[in-house]
Amino acid sequence: MLIKIPQKNHLNDSNVTKESIYLERRSLLKKMGFLGAGALMSSAIPQNAKAGFFSDHDDSTFETKPLNYIKDTLNQALLKTPEQKVISHNNFYEFGTKKDQPIELAQDFEVEPWQLKVSGECNHPITLDYDDLTKMFPLEERIYRLRCVEAWSMVIPWIGFSLANLLKKVIPNSRAKYVAFETLYDPEQMPGQASRRLGGGIKYPYVEGLRIDEAMNPLTLMSVGLYGKTLPPQNGAPIRLVVPWKYGFKSIKSIVGIKLLEHQPPTTWNKLASKEYGFYANVNPNHDHPRWSQASERHITTGGLFSRNRIATLPFNGYGEEVADLYRGMDLSKHY
Amino acid sequence: MTSKTIVFFFKTLIHAGALLPLVNLYLLAYWDELGADPVETVIHFTGIGALNLLLLTLCITPLAKITKQGYISKVRRALGLYAYTYAVFHLFNFLAFEVQFDGALFANEIIKRPYITVGMLAFVLLTALALTSINKLKRKMGKSWQSLHNVSYLIILLATIHFYWSVKSELTSPLFYFVLVILLLLFRYKKIKRLVLSLFA
Repeated sequence: MLIKIPQKNHLNDSNVTKESIYLERRSLLKKMGFLGAGALMSSAIPQNAKAGFFSDHDDSTFETKPLNYIKDTLNQALLKTPEQKVISHNNFYEFGTKKDQPIELAQDFEVEPWQLKVSGECNHPITLDYDDLTKMFPLEERIYRLRCVEAWSMVIPWIGFSLANLLKKVIPNSRAKYVAFETLYDPEQMPGQASRRLGGGIKYPYVEGLRIDEAMNPLTLMSVGLYGKTLPPQNGAPIRLVVPWKYGFKSIKSIVGIKLLEHQPPTTWNKLASKEYGFYANVNPNHDHPRWSQASERHITTGGLFSRNRIATLPFNGYGEEVADLYRGMDLSKHY
Repeated sequence: MTSKTIVFFFKTLIHAGALLPLVNLYLLAYWDELGADPVETVIHFTGIGALNLLLLTLCITPLAKITKQGYISKVRRALGLYAYTYAVFHLFNFLAFEVQFDGALFANEIIKRPYITVGMLAFVLLTALALTSINKLKRKMGKSWQSLHNVSYLIILLATIHFYWSVKSELTSPLFYFVLVILLLLFRYKKIKRLVLSLFA
């Protein structure tokens, strides 16, 4: 008999998303058509809500491929965010600052060929090409909560491998104290990098970093897919980081470089507004963002406007059992 | 066309242009057809809507003066009241769908977050203008009505600051609004200068 001992980060029973209903409603609306009445205000309505006469993003859709992976048996009961929402609500400023822009502007993104260079303070630097990303390591499904710094959250079935597996391959040397990550810089493919207006005035390429012990934690995932298929570009194809106990902006997308370093690397949002975004960015309900509370979050699932989806935010996003030890003795209100 | 017909035409346009998008917005939101996060969308839509309508309201007087068609001013109150309607929905969205009637959180956010404090101040001032828009009160108040309604210049500034302060990094649209507001205020340069000077006199 299999006895399952639930860990703290496993949510209890749930009414798992009925995606059919979600899709049905979409098609109903498409049939009706929707005239963006207030032309002045239409920019505030997401593009993908403008079905009917205005739908124009069906012409060329990025093709994702099914993946082979080991199922996450422990977390199947988590209330997952519908795939359609996961792939249409993205903070990926390289493809526009509005959350509905990446799904519109990223469909022609080329991921093949791809090169991911792992270098720096290590004995065996390597470069992975596109096929290596999904073939070098056995792939696992990991159903994780994702908590955005903007106080909304999702539950996403990622597919990938522990970053630790990759780092063990390059054998970090004794000077390797930090890991720096870099997103592709290609303004021709990423309109947000070419235009200040689209890209929100961020300095590109986007960079992120972790301490080496955070990077080696088994929860830290290099994701190559979600919902059983390879990543769509708006979610960071072909490979991205997922650090479930940190705010979403740490989970850098479309990575081309991983570098082991002796010193703490600069990180994009911290450079832009250091009082609002720290290097650690651990989910912490007791440390508010200066402009909003972090004590609770809206959990994005189904149900539309009237779903009562505000839930309490947990320290380390509920993964304290696995990661709290990494920060023992640190003042988390200073190292936010 | 007589000026009366034109005013009727524009008023109908204003009613339809302001009400239909609102109905449409909440229907889509109810059906979960408003993108992945309908809460964010309804908040942004009504907020931007209120700001747009405020700007339109402030365009009326300059427009009437430039075209020398005084009757245009007759649509100003309808526009102003719709700006207020959108502001009411904006605040209600925040209360009902963002903080979901958590009174303590609601009060806390208004006090602790400067951008929300500024927005709330604009809302309170706009409420005063909406309440005193009734003809009877207007007559009763005499000259003080105009002094009260001059507050609209302050409101549009506060609303734009509220918008500017709320965004994470994309500053182009709030800056665009600042330019529009400044232009509209510049048109009333003499009046505003007099108002500001009288404050310090």
